[in-house]
Amino acid sequence: MVDVTPADAVPPAEVAEMELYHPHSWWTKYVFSQDAKVIAIQYSATATAIGLVALVLSWLMRLQLGFPGTFDFISPEAYYQFITMHGMIMVIYLLTALFLGGFGNYLIPLMVGARDMVFPYVNMLSYWIYLLAVLVLASSFFAPGGPTGAGWTLYPPQAIMTGTPGGQDWGIILMLVSLILFIIGFTMGGLNYVVTVLQARTRGMTLMRLPLTVWGIFTATVMALLAFPALFVACVMMLFDRSLGTSFFMPAIVEMGEQLQHGGGSPILFQHLFWFFGHPEVYIVALPAFGIVSDLISTHARKNIFGYRMMVWAIVGIGALSFVVWAHHMYVSGMHPYFGFFFATTTLIIAVPTAIKVYNWVLTLWRGDIHLTVPMLFALAFIVTFVNGGLTGLFLGNVVVDVPLSDTMFVVAHFHMVMGVAPILVIFGAIYHWYPKVTGRMLNEAMGQFHFWVTFLGAYLIFFPMHYIGLMGVPRRYHELTNTTVMTESAHDLNAFISIMAFLVGFAQVVFLFNLIWSIRHGREAGGNPWRATTLEWQTPETPPAHGNFGKELPIVYRWAYDYSVPGAKEDFIPQNVPGSFGSSREPA
Amino acid sequence: MADTTLTHTGQAQARPAGLQGVAADWSSDQRAFKNVSWGKAMMWIFLLSDTFVFGCFLLSYMTARMSTRVPWPNPSEVFSLHIGGSDIPLILIAIMTFVLISSSGTMAMAVNFGYRRDRRKTAILMLLTAALGATFVGMQAFEWTKLITEGVRPWGNPWGAAQFGSSFFMITGFHGTHVTFGVIFLIIVARKVWRGDYDTGRPGFFTSRRGNYEHVEIMGLYWHFVDLVWVFIFAFFYLW
Repeated sequence: MVDVTPADAVPPAEVAEMELYHPHSWWTKYVFSQDAKVIAIQYSATATAIGLVALVLSWLMRLQLGFPGTFDFISPEAYYQFITMHGMIMVIYLLTALFLGGFGNYLIPLMVGARDMVFPYVNMLSYWIYLLAVLVLASSFFAPGGPTGAGWTLYPPQAIMTGTPGGQDWGIILMLVSLILFIIGFTMGGLNYVVTVLQARTRGMTLMRLPLTVWGIFTATVMALLAFPALFVACVMMLFDRSLGTSFFMPAIVEMGEQLQHGGGSPILFQHLFWFFGHPEVYIVALPAFGIVSDLISTHARKNIFGYRMMVWAIVGIGALSFVVWAHHMYVSGMHPYFGFFFATTTLIIAVPTAIKVYNWVLTLWRGDIHLTVPMLFALAFIVTFVNGGLTGLFLGNVVVDVPLSDTMFVVAHFHMVMGVAPILVIFGAIYHWYPKVTGRMLNEAMGQFHFWVTFLGAYLIFFPMHYIGLMGVPRRYHELTNTTVMTESAHDLNAFISIMAFLVGFAQVVFLFNLIWSIRHGREAGGNPWRATTLEWQTPETPPAHGNFGKELPIVYRWAYDYSVPGAKEDFIPQNVPGSFGSSREPA
Repeated sequence: MADTTLTHTGQAQARPAGLQGVAADWSSDQRAFKNVSWGKAMMWIFLLSDTFVFGCFLLSYMTARMSTRVPWPNPSEVFSLHIGGSDIPLILIAIMTFVLISSSGTMAMAVNFGYRRDRRKTAILMLLTAALGATFVGMQAFEWTKLITEGVRPWGNPWGAAQFGSSFFMITGFHGTHVTFGVIFLIIVARKVWRGDYDTGRPGFFTSRRGNYEHVEIMGLYWHFVDLVWVFIFAFFYLW
């Protein structure tokens, strides 16, 4: 791709320099900061903190599944509360917040060449409302009756009934309020990300010169702005069902021998609303991962990304298609058979752009100068994990195969591979990649290698056997199955094995957290561009970048984001803000 | 619209027309929507998101109405007022709709005078818009009171499907909240116009950003949206 602007042909600036709010005190600099980079770190730290809670919950679940009957404090109610909170925290409060609130805030302004997000004050509010949502969610652990145990999908009617933990106590109310707050807070941030990408790029930065990271985060944000409304509405309506006694989702129902006051509502309606949000949510998490991993692979293989335009259109295509596949989560809910046919077809169509992306990653690696750095290892691990998780998606996307597999551990294994492990691997890779920019120091390599190998191999040792016990028919979401026919001796042994692996992988994350803290002081000095990368965030005058990102003058972009190993160039990469074409007629840079 | 749309540069650019212009804008640098300020772009995208919120509310209501096995109360009877010895169907809703649509007119005039830098007229028209909006909310409160005294509750009503009351209070309540927020922000922006904040470049109290008269138009976008949503609520809830 020849996409180089001559130095004298850069369009004039259309937008006046942005007026930044300069902090006057410690509070406005580090706490109530309007700097997107500080907000990004606040988002990331909060998401990590609540994510650790979810990690501990997963250990507790594995204790029960691996060694049933051994731990008295894990009652069936507690077990359901663990599943619910683990799922909801990981999907919404960790992955979504970390990718969009964390990486989005840090990388978008730097990568598009902006001083900050377009509305820094609104951006700051976004974080504080997110924090409030997290606190409300966490408070449900201490509420009477504990957090909700309805499963992360919160299906009514059981979510608000007596038998479900938190159903008639505070649990479900706090969960719904927290989700509503999260959506309000996210919308404030999301509008900022979208407008910044569309309207606040620097001179020379066309949409087709954006790094794929920005494309991924941007598309995911647009999707989130259109998908979260469905969850918002579902939460409001369920809150009314629970607190005012309305019957949006509640059919006529007998509970413990008593006819409830509810009647005439549709539980299926909730499922439609939930999954109209829930399926795009999968890609809200996956698309930023796709984008980031493209950049990691290209940088660490010293090779331009293969098929950039196709990559962009695949991201956009996946984003659009993901809005018409939601009911493949509802094959066993009771739908017209033609619906199943329609949604199975659209689901399988998504495999096309996804496969394009996988092929392009592999072709980028093909004959590249691959550096097996820690970020690269995570990126490579993502590709294989994503392919594995995606293949089981083909099983579950087909109605006839899904029906027997639905609600087995196979499903659990599938979505953990494809939207749990795969995006988390990218998050790790991205942290190892951008940590030097955020702190000025490299993360420790030895600890990084240890963290990678334990996490990667451990994740496979957890989730591969889980597919198998799922195929044997072991259902998910059961507290204990010791004395049943589905739970054979071998399945039980595997469960114990999975649990032990889960503890190991969990402890590897402690090493990672230690590395994050240790390296702030003791890491190797990184310099401004340790990976010799082309994108704008590595070209800032200071590392870590100061408030306003780029010093006095905003950078001017002359080329796309992937000029690696250009023949005739001085080094094996040309940053986006370097003018001149290289090759036979080379201009001085 | 070129003369009423503020650009940050103050210079018009020569761009191809039609679809080619769209392609040229989207493949250009800096901005995908040329001559659209950040604030206006943000409001449009927010409204798109909000459309999905109202869309989901209305679709849920329609699902409930179509799938309930109990008869749905007749809106013509429920929403009639007894005036001058006879029941007039939907009379209050008709007046409310008229008031709200009129407020869109005054809002549009305010935007016009804003760009003419006529501070006084702009502020008066914005306050008039706010007053009409507040009148709308007041009449809605009256309607709620009337229905509540007749025994309509979110969980039931004397005439049929319980979802009637639930959907009614939820959807009109959510819309009324939008109108109320609009009224509050109309008053805030009107005060800024009146005080001349947009002429003197006075920084905002919270954001410490300087505003300009485009804020009136952005406010107007929100207001027209709330108005348009009401038309759909009117059609789907009251006329169905």
